[in-house]
Amino acid sequence: MKKDMVEIRWHGRGGQGAKTAALLLADVAFKAGKYVQGFPEYGPERMGAPITAYNRIGQSPITVHSNIYTPDYVVVVDDGLLEGTDVTQGLKKEGALIVNTRRSRQEIRAMLHGFAGSVYTVDAREISVRALGKYYPNSPMLAAVAAVSGVMTQEAFLREMRESYAHKFAKKPEVIEGNMRALEMTFAAIREGEEAAANRGFCA
Amino acid sequence: MAIRERLSGNEAVAYAIRQINPDVMPAFPITPSTEIPQYVANDMANGKIDTEFIHVESEHSAMSAAIGAAAAGARVVTATSSCGMALMWEELYVAASDRLPVVLALVNRALSGPININADHSDSMGARDSGWIQIYAESNQEVYDNFLQAYPIAEHEAVRLPVMICQDGFITSHGVENILLLEDEKVREFVGEYCPAHYLLNADEPMAVGPYAVSAYYMETKRAQREAMIRAKRVILETAERFARLTGRKYGFFEEYRLEDADYAIVIIGSAAGTCKAAVDEIRSATGKKVGLLKIRVFRPFPEEELAMALRDKKAVAVLDRSEMFAAAGGPLGAEVRAALYSVKSRTEFVNYFYGLGGRDITVEDFKEVYRKLEELSKTHEVRDMYAYIGLRE
Repeated sequence: MKKDMVEIRWHGRGGQGAKTAALLLADVAFKAGKYVQGFPEYGPERMGAPITAYNRIGQSPITVHSNIYTPDYVVVVDDGLLEGTDVTQGLKKEGALIVNTRRSRQEIRAMLHGFAGSVYTVDAREISVRALGKYYPNSPMLAAVAAVSGVMTQEAFLREMRESYAHKFAKKPEVIEGNMRALEMTFAAIREGEEAAANRGFCA
Repeated sequence: MAIRERLSGNEAVAYAIRQINPDVMPAFPITPSTEIPQYVANDMANGKIDTEFIHVESEHSAMSAAIGAAAAGARVVTATSSCGMALMWEELYVAASDRLPVVLALVNRALSGPININADHSDSMGARDSGWIQIYAESNQEVYDNFLQAYPIAEHEAVRLPVMICQDGFITSHGVENILLLEDEKVREFVGEYCPAHYLLNADEPMAVGPYAVSAYYMETKRAQREAMIRAKRVILETAERFARLTGRKYGFFEEYRLEDADYAIVIIGSAAGTCKAAVDEIRSATGKKVGLLKIRVFRPFPEEELAMALRDKKAVAVLDRSEMFAAAGGPLGAEVRAALYSVKSRTEFVNYFYGLGGRDITVEDFKEVYRKLEELSKTHEVRDMYAYIGLRE
């Protein structure tokens, strides 16, 4: 693997939008000038079945066309998957796991099979409902992976996402600001969590 | 100036179709190619193109309609995958023997059974004897570039054969990657207007298409197809040269990646070539060992002599097939490369493996292992695992 490349694996359920989120992340990274890949891995196509999607984001052209087995980051869109799937399999210990959950970081860590790296929790439901009035986990999870991975600056990420939303929601512009709020709230929550962990003197 | 974009392989083909604006598109949906007619139908509905879409009830009818439209003198496109192409089987041969320049966007997928929707070359490899030109792609960029070159090859007066532009299901068809696109007017200029020499709707020249051929004529028809396929080699290279002048991107019958000084070579088709390139780079920078890759782009016509010359002096060659042919021996690519090497009296060590059937993943590490085995083979001269399956669960 080239060192200038970040690899991300998404775990979600069919219909939840993990594939869409991976493609959106590829989109914003592309607009920020990167070389990108965003691709799904399909099992049986049905709503609710576990699905995996992937991103490669780098500074130079990417030729590898295999799945990702040793990701830098893993994003779990549905914490119900933690029970049946070893989501940290192959995850680099200097990398991080990002989970959409209402549970605490400690509770989540206890469910992992001894993963020693960083764990981030995002309550995407809480953020989405407060920002948008409805539960769409994609925007918070995208912001979380951008904030944690640092594949692009917060400023560049927010700028490109605003443009994406303007295009995607051209026919319902009223949801653009809510989605932008969800992104900003997630960034703030991730930073807050990092500071709290640092103050307590242990790694996130 | 090229247009910097990010598209999936299916989006790239649909983009090229919009730019070319073919006259007729008969199509029937099947995963993973469904998006192509879906995107094209969108462009039609939005008035971006005036292609006539024919809703058919099966792929058998899709290819029949394509043949009818092409015989009438129209520029035709269709798209399919896997069992969809299997249902076109009879018509594939008819399109080729009627010398109709139909272009088929094939998104490679395993044939049933067991039913499976993922990448595998069994569909197009099964059709390798149908008389179609077959061009394969490693990336979304190559799918787009190959598609733009399809009509100039198919419609060339020295060729007049159908062309299938193949890409790996899901891996490129549904994977989004960076891509450089051409401006619409440059594409239109490159592809040009289609002016068929003979066509059914020409009232001044009544003709029959696809009549019965008795034994006294059938063999001559096949000979004519064969000669067209031989002439296609020149036209494919000329078209690639013209494309390179336009874009700077060079194409041939195959790509040689760090092959010239290589001792050990892998021969492969499709998206996995990109993964193999990463293995080549890693091995060379970590160990200095001379490993290289030959990626087939054009499988029909088969570049027998050129391929043999590129491989003849290697210490060991591994050919990787993404489809079984149940010969109880090698795969289609392996068999043909091996025969080509025989024709130049090459004594290179040779193995043929199967990989990626039904979407089974192949990784950089898998390729490194193949190169390790090639090195061993060049020393022991003992083939231990001919026709092995890579990544098999045992």
